[in-house]
Amino acid sequence: METTTNISPVLEIKNLYKSFGDHQVLNGFNLSLYPGENVVVMGKSGSGKSVMIKCLVGLMKASSGSIKIRDKDITALGQKELDFLRTEIGFLFQGSALYDSMTVRENLEFPLRRHRDKLRFRESTKDLVHEALENVGLLDAIDLMPVELSGGMKRRVALARALILKPTIMLYDEPTTGLDPITAKEIIQLMRNIQNTYGTSSLIITHDVDCARVISNRIILLVDGINYAEGTYSELSSSEDPKIKMFFK
Amino acid sequence: MQFKITYPIRLREFLVEIGDISYFALRYFKEIFKSPYETSELLKQCYVIGNKSLLLVGVTGFILGLVFTLQSRPTLLEFGAASWMPSMVSISIVREIGPVVIALICAGKIGSGIGAELGSMRVTEQIDAMEVSGTNPFKYLVITRITATTLMLPLLVIFGDAIALIGSSLVEYSKGSVSFILYFNKVIDALSFGDILPATIKTFFFGFVIGLIGCYKGYHCKKGTLGVGEASNSAVVYASMLLFIVDFIAVFISDIFFEI
Repeated sequence: METTTNISPVLEIKNLYKSFGDHQVLNGFNLSLYPGENVVVMGKSGSGKSVMIKCLVGLMKASSGSIKIRDKDITALGQKELDFLRTEIGFLFQGSALYDSMTVRENLEFPLRRHRDKLRFRESTKDLVHEALENVGLLDAIDLMPVELSGGMKRRVALARALILKPTIMLYDEPTTGLDPITAKEIIQLMRNIQNTYGTSSLIITHDVDCARVISNRIILLVDGINYAEGTYSELSSSEDPKIKMFFK
Repeated sequence: MQFKITYPIRLREFLVEIGDISYFALRYFKEIFKSPYETSELLKQCYVIGNKSLLLVGVTGFILGLVFTLQSRPTLLEFGAASWMPSMVSISIVREIGPVVIALICAGKIGSGIGAELGSMRVTEQIDAMEVSGTNPFKYLVITRITATTLMLPLLVIFGDAIALIGSSLVEYSKGSVSFILYFNKVIDALSFGDILPATIKTFFFGFVIGLIGCYKGYHCKKGTLGVGEASNSAVVYASMLLFIVDFIAVFISDIFFEI
């Protein structure tokens, strides 16, 4: 995808620093996500990927730097404004993070409790839930409890829940980790379908090279908390740099 | 030599934790009156905490009344004061033994349950998921649970006290041929406003402490299953310890106002 400077990014991170005590995790990380784009961030375990994505949605406070989502600096927002901005973002957690004590239907209804009216959805809650579940092919599981679902089904339900508020930006934290190769491929396909249906921009954190190859428009390699390399899959996979080659073995 | 190094660190950690718990309690009072109100979740928690603890509280109260009467009876008989049994049992149970024992039982059941539930929600990122979806998890999870324990514990204590007195009256009926009507007439004569009111007021504080510590430990649970176990366990230990401190303060204050 061509990213021109006259289109403003939907998400922009500048000089992001984050440390835990003496341990510096992010060391001036930068990222821009443009409308309709899929950016993959790859890095070794402990390189700061998950910390970065948590800073992005305000689950962690960055030590310094700016994070802008739709031109709003999230570090300067009050709780109400931040909550409203979060409705623009769908977040797929690594472990799905479905609410154990609720059925699939209640899991999907949960984000609508506070924001349905604010977002002026014309459809009823029931219709929104049905639509989201149909998009992930799990309408039959509507009354099941999370404990009754397989790992792949949980990931799909979590995806449906992330989509229920019709976000414009999707954040995926290791979307295929812990899944068998076939289910992982199904999830990747689903992510592509979602982008086509909803026109979302996506930021994907993954170790999965297959996932990065299929879905990315651009890949950023995160090494020691900073952008080490950036480019398309073919550019990076053909690089002779040993640190980059290590990711695409 | 090592003691000199570790002791101040532990003391510092302890003081930091007290500060964090106080801040957590302060946040509760700050947010409880702000909208939106999670009424349906509060009612659900009242049901879970109140109704589902009834059996345990009932059995504990019954055995407490039974055993207390059986143990005290020989001594009172020795002094020819068996007729004082209903008064002694009712005042002891209503003022002190009932509230403290039932609060300790609830710290074990409710406090550890809340600690484990919120702890597992924390480690599986469910609390983060709530926050990302634009719902305030503190209001939804913490405020509802602390309020429910604060409201339900006095009811559970009243229920437990009543069952304990029934247990006691059964012993008196079987061993001393005292009729139930006579027994409860003596109980009502013996109990005054100054016995019931302070004891009931302090149970609200007991409930608050159990909910607060359970929620604090679960909400700030460290990563992993070990963290969940630790949260659940320390919720009971901290809450039990705090219950005695609150009880001491409550008795001290009620002594000033009601002249025990």
